[in-house]
Amino acid sequence: MFRYYVWLALRSLRRNPVLTALMILAIGLGIGASMTMLTIFRAMSGDPIPQKSAQLFVPQIDNAGPDHAQKNGEPPDMLSYTDAQALMQAHAAPRQAAMYPTGFVLMPADPRLRPFKVEGRATYADFFAMFDVPFKYGGPWGADEDQSRSDVIVIDSKLDDKLFGGANSIGKTVNLDHHDYRIVGVLDRWTPQPRVYDVVNDKFGEVEGVFLPFTRAIDQQQPLWGNNECSFDKDPDPGWEGHLRSECTWTQFWVELPDAGAVERYKTFLGNYAAEQHRSGRFHWMPATRLRNARQWLEYQHVVADESRILVVVSFSFLFVCLVNAVGLMLAKFMSRAAETGVRRALGANRRAVFAQCLVETGVIGFAGGLLGLALTAAGLAGTRAVLSETVTRLTHLDPADMIIAVALAVAAALLAGLYPTWRATQVQPAWQLKAN
Amino acid sequence: MLKMSHLAKVYRTEVVETYALRDLSLNVREGEFVAVTGPSGSGKTTFLNVTGLLETPSSGQYLLDGEDVSQLGDDARSRIRNEKIGFIFQAFNLIPDLNVFDNVDVPLRYRRMAGAERKKRIGEALERVGLSARMRHYPAELSGGQQQRVAIARALAGSPRLLLADEPTGNLDTQMARGVMELLESIHRDGATIVMVTHDPELAVRAQRNVHIIDGQVVDLTEEPRFHGVNAAAARTQATG
Repeated sequence: MFRYYVWLALRSLRRNPVLTALMILAIGLGIGASMTMLTIFRAMSGDPIPQKSAQLFVPQIDNAGPDHAQKNGEPPDMLSYTDAQALMQAHAAPRQAAMYPTGFVLMPADPRLRPFKVEGRATYADFFAMFDVPFKYGGPWGADEDQSRSDVIVIDSKLDDKLFGGANSIGKTVNLDHHDYRIVGVLDRWTPQPRVYDVVNDKFGEVEGVFLPFTRAIDQQQPLWGNNECSFDKDPDPGWEGHLRSECTWTQFWVELPDAGAVERYKTFLGNYAAEQHRSGRFHWMPATRLRNARQWLEYQHVVADESRILVVVSFSFLFVCLVNAVGLMLAKFMSRAAETGVRRALGANRRAVFAQCLVETGVIGFAGGLLGLALTAAGLAGTRAVLSETVTRLTHLDPADMIIAVALAVAAALLAGLYPTWRATQVQPAWQLKAN
Repeated sequence: MLKMSHLAKVYRTEVVETYALRDLSLNVREGEFVAVTGPSGSGKTTFLNVTGLLETPSSGQYLLDGEDVSQLGDDARSRIRNEKIGFIFQAFNLIPDLNVFDNVDVPLRYRRMAGAERKKRIGEALERVGLSARMRHYPAELSGGQQQRVAIARALAGSPRLLLADEPTGNLDTQMARGVMELLESIHRDGATIVMVTHDPELAVRAQRNVHIIDGQVVDLTEEPRFHGVNAAAARTQATG
């Protein structure tokens, strides 16, 4: 009977093309608006490492003081070099990594290639294990290389493609700012979005092309290619040493804490460290500390703007309004053929059969609305390129799962909207309709 | 075939009770052609609705083919309508966006009959009413008489035990009405049991038996049955036996 009902539904839809088009348009518009916003929202709010996000934490220490309280009294988002070094040396977590964004001019060995700029990240060996970074060739450098301030690097696969045609380049050297670095690892494709390990500098940026030991970068005086918060240290000493000694904050810091016990211990350690800095006279205030896990950190950093959440709510409200319209249109459609329903009832259709026929018809309308909604979603996402940044629009695409979700949502929404009209159709009294007709 | 005992149908509102049928008793034997007549508002249509299980009686007993169908639920009544009763309406009640073939197909679909069997029955029913050449036509492309013939084919396709006709010629001109009436008589001669509601005395006299309804009650069963064709002897035996 299902095939018969689908066949009847298609005939019925052809019978009233205007009404049909209005219903499909109502559902399609609602689905298009809500799916567009949901796709953008999901791209922006995704957890790039769900398996680790509850174990990775960002410590914060208030070295700014009460006179320069940030964000309602919250400590600065980054650490000063002094604090970052102190936390690294304390080694209070199983894994930890300080880091900062930098950059180089790369001198290719191939004379056919011109020198070019490449973004880099100075960090520690633990970084790769903490963020489950995948490797195509080789692996990360070790703690020894951190200690010995070795000139080793990890490059990403795009740089490997560019310099070595995608071949295994382990052991080869790359000249960065006139220094040779030995490649120990090549990343596999890795595109965490948002870029969880540094949302302070660029929430949705691409992963850097080069990673090198933090210690080596400091020795090389690798410049900072990111934010340097100095509003509470107006007069830092000049030069690289002054930069390192200042209270300016410019290093991101992450620790991996595997369980609740480790989290509590680290909180205690962090509090003790801050108190010690107060006692030692570095701060005349007792510095507040914070320890947020990755999800809390993304939320705290407003990786997903509140406006986006509101827009999602608004778009689903719009879907609701569209469905209310669809209910009215379906009611009109089903009631307009009460006579036919009466005939079918007289000829042997029970209420369930009438219900099934109408519900299949609403499902077909929903399916068509879903397809239209998909097209409108694609158009909507294309339209976002005009108003949103390139990095966000790069994330927003419709994958097969999204398409299935959109059509399923449309069918479910149509069925929901069709329940009342369908129920009304089953209440048609055949005896009245047959005589009235 | 059809036995009604003390049937009543009451429509109730908050302030008034209206008796559409009251204490109605009637027997229709298998193979009979009964015309139900009466003035407007006498309860003819309610009688037909109750007989066709489109409405349930408020009280009394109704046996159809030996089965008490007085208070059956929707599913059971729908099944019996589908399997045992064929309807012919004054306004034909064809579905306008289905062609002749698909209109006749409707009751067979609800019987969940296999495709080949449905096709065979539809072909035979349309052959019977002389419209097998118009299978792919839509109702709007047919004359009133042809539409009523399609409705009769739809009623016949399921081989019902009882044909109920409500003013079957009411919307037709004289010539078309004559054709439809002759078709009904022919179907009756082949053994069908027909109950026809009409207010046209000329049509009523062509039935075997006339039943007169006034104010929801059967008031006149006096007419002697008349008989048609091949079943005449059998019917006469039933009537007198």
